[in-house]
Amino acid sequence: MFKCKTSAEVGGMGHSVKRKEDARFLHGKGKYVDDVKLPGMLHMVMVRSPYAYAKITNINKDSALAVPGVLAVITGQDLAQYNLHWMPTLLSDTQMVLPTDTVMHQNQEVCAIIATDRYAAADGADAIEIEYEPMAAIVDPFKSLDKDAPLLRPDKEGQKDNHIYHWERGNREKTDAAIAKADVVVSERIYLPRIHVASIETCGCVASYDKDTQKLLVYLTTQAPHAIRTVVALVAGHVGLSEEKIRIISPDIGGGFGGKVPVYPAYVVAIAATFLIGKPVKWIEDRSENLTNGFARDYHMDCTLAASKDGKIQAFKVKTLADHGYTDSSANPSKYPTGMFSICTGSYDYADAFAELDAVYTNKAPGGVAYRCSFRVTEAVHAIERMVDKLAHKLNMDPAMLRLQNFIKKEQFPYASPLGWSYDSGDYEATLKKAMEMVGYDDFKKEQAEKRKQGKLMGIGISTFTEVVGAGPSKDFDILGIAMFDSAEIRVHPTGKALARFGTKSQGQGHETTYAQILAEELGIPYSDIEIEEGDTDTAPYGLGTYASRSTPTAGAAAAIAARKLRDKGKKIAAYLLEVSEEDIEWEVGKYFVKGAPEKSKTIQDVVFAAYTNIPPGMEPGFEATHYYDPPNLTFPNGAYICVVEVDKETGSIDVRRFVAIDDCGNVINPMIVEGQVHGGLTQGIAPAMYEAIEYDDEGNVLNGTLMDYLVPTAVESPHWETGHTVTPSPHHPLGAKGVAESPTVGAPPAIANAIIDALSPLGIEHLDIPITPAKVWEAIQAHS
Amino acid sequence: MKHEITLKINGQSVSAEVDSRLLLVHFIREHLSMTGTHIGCDTSNCGACTVLLDGKSIKSCTYLAVRADGAEITTIEGLAAEGTNHPIQQGFHDQHGLHCGFCTPGMIMRSVELLKNNPNPTEEEIRWGISGNLCRCTGYNNIVKAIQQAAGEMQKEKQTAV
Repeated sequence: MFKCKTSAEVGGMGHSVKRKEDARFLHGKGKYVDDVKLPGMLHMVMVRSPYAYAKITNINKDSALAVPGVLAVITGQDLAQYNLHWMPTLLSDTQMVLPTDTVMHQNQEVCAIIATDRYAAADGADAIEIEYEPMAAIVDPFKSLDKDAPLLRPDKEGQKDNHIYHWERGNREKTDAAIAKADVVVSERIYLPRIHVASIETCGCVASYDKDTQKLLVYLTTQAPHAIRTVVALVAGHVGLSEEKIRIISPDIGGGFGGKVPVYPAYVVAIAATFLIGKPVKWIEDRSENLTNGFARDYHMDCTLAASKDGKIQAFKVKTLADHGYTDSSANPSKYPTGMFSICTGSYDYADAFAELDAVYTNKAPGGVAYRCSFRVTEAVHAIERMVDKLAHKLNMDPAMLRLQNFIKKEQFPYASPLGWSYDSGDYEATLKKAMEMVGYDDFKKEQAEKRKQGKLMGIGISTFTEVVGAGPSKDFDILGIAMFDSAEIRVHPTGKALARFGTKSQGQGHETTYAQILAEELGIPYSDIEIEEGDTDTAPYGLGTYASRSTPTAGAAAAIAARKLRDKGKKIAAYLLEVSEEDIEWEVGKYFVKGAPEKSKTIQDVVFAAYTNIPPGMEPGFEATHYYDPPNLTFPNGAYICVVEVDKETGSIDVRRFVAIDDCGNVINPMIVEGQVHGGLTQGIAPAMYEAIEYDDEGNVLNGTLMDYLVPTAVESPHWETGHTVTPSPHHPLGAKGVAESPTVGAPPAIANAIIDALSPLGIEHLDIPITPAKVWEAIQAHS
Repeated sequence: MKHEITLKINGQSVSAEVDSRLLLVHFIREHLSMTGTHIGCDTSNCGACTVLLDGKSIKSCTYLAVRADGAEITTIEGLAAEGTNHPIQQGFHDQHGLHCGFCTPGMIMRSVELLKNNPNPTEEEIRWGISGNLCRCTGYNNIVKAIQQAAGEMQKEKQTAV
């Protein structure tokens, strides 16, 4: 385990110091976008389409403009005058800001009402008269590829059908050959439905353009403020918005989870509105708008796993159909249209794999949000972990034993995976064994055997996942061409206190505490003496933001290296102050001393003070450093989760009795925060496993677009989580750390699904797609009895 | 139609002329500029807007401001003296019961009433007691611990007072 190098007072790595950011939130003084109030601010409400696919035949603004307080109605035709009615997505597709003639999904933005207050704006939205000519929507992605399916995107040059792209990785021939000659082959179509991040704060912005200074200020619910600034400059450069005149402030963010990475049309409309009107414009999304736009998942995966009869996994193949709605607005690195889906070979050692994917258009909301996972890792992990369980069932083997038999061994790292990743480190066997011991696996197995004799349905489910997080390296990863590095800038003041700024943006992860701990670790300055700032593009160094568990792997590393630059400078100053040569100076946390004479020493604070007051001749004054960190590889956090459930045969209700999560995220900065992140991710894992999915009817209507119908787990549905750790440091990260917060979201759903399906297996049930609700279980039981 | 209302909020008396349809949460956030009370949905499900009205926790997003005429309201800003923590706030801090902080004010105001009615709740009673408030970040484990810590502290305070 990790041993702390610093005292609790200094609070470096490994200390569970309490969060520095808490006080303002506890006292109601957090500053979220909807709390921003600017003089003369107007309010914007979006009018949305009731139809999934329709021609707009007329928009009559007059009735809206007649409402007291309504100042303007903005339509697609209005934006078209400035060529702002379409915008590029991050993956070379295009998305309407506002439509000029056709709506492509239910609740698509049709026009915007600007008014003096939010009630008047809502009245205007109610009053406006819009005529539609509805058309037959394509809801089923498989039907979207039918020869006679209508062409959904005739606006795209060369687009002949509803197919967006084909992607593949691995060796098809070798994989097919391995499957053909294998003793045992299992196959399944696994569907991960559309879900929504449902952060408790919805999206929103306050855009304010000053016609005198020509500066645009936007308070925005964004996880990536710098990237957004560049996107705004690229998209709206032609109307005179230049990047040095754009300031994006991402204030306190009420949960992001990937849903606050994309650029939503209403942001652009608000910016256009303030640009034209010259007054600040606020837009705050309501919950239904939020839940019916910007989805995650929606992968239909045909999986095949092959093994020898004694249980040696030999080959994995997966063919996926991805439903992207009417445009591919995935927020992925540009060379990775399917994100990191190719991690789908999992934690197991075998040579042959092949993955392919076809993406299609339908009349649904655009998205592809990387919801608390590093771009499609959740889909990949669900596929392999379900299939390994299915294989265990077919072989009549214990799923834990099958996994232990096939794991990549710890001495095999760095491990070249069949689909091209270089896994950095792990000890999968130790992690699973720890989980088995903690849950009491053998006892549960015995209990299950007893219960089965009594006809009771009890299940034990395992998931042993490997994640891939922390993009860059910049040679492979970019967003719209911008390389995926991240940054830290440290200023240590003469009195030894510091301010550090980052290109990332916390949305609850606790960066104000953990980054201060990294600097405390490296410099010996107490974490409580270090202020952390993020989210203001005018002051923070350029970075790509916080998502895909990349903050610790990238900006955390940048902080460590920037601090080490300062430590090197401090060594020179210490040598000068102690009148010895630099080679004679040694460092221990917070102190430079003369080799062999530890009584001759200078604290970091002495040295910093000298950097401003007693500067060695020829040295640049001051004590500041910046580093832009481009990681040499991603990090590969992993874990072993075990879930125990009981299912009521009569009602189909599911009781999660135990859930044990052992995570290995390398060296831990703050164990309390890591554990908290794991808890939260686990609840976001049980959510899609048992409760959440965005449902559509045949006409493309969303059937559960409110929190009354879309079942976000409460404290009652959320089990009492049990957590633990193994520590296998990342060999290439300066702190040996990996990302963590997405592991539980990725790892929990298959553990829960495997447990429920294991419970139902005596009835002959071999697979159920998530969410596995009591109704679904009840129906399956009826069909099998 | 406009109505004159007078109410007490965090010990201060306020009078205002408001529209019939004005929601209490908008009155608090926009007219009184107290933004600690949040809005997370429009169906009374998330509880981010929870405040105390005459000692009972209510969801201020589905409560008309006119209906609060004559009432006494406490919001997160008024729970403890400036710069100090109510035992529940302290519990949330000590037990890491908050991440993004957006649900926190509502969760805390709900917990005040929960512990008033049930000073020594079991884990299950706490879970049911806060089931009208959604948190998307914490997974609830540490919120439960925060409320347990506060319950212990408040019991001790009560005993000391007696």
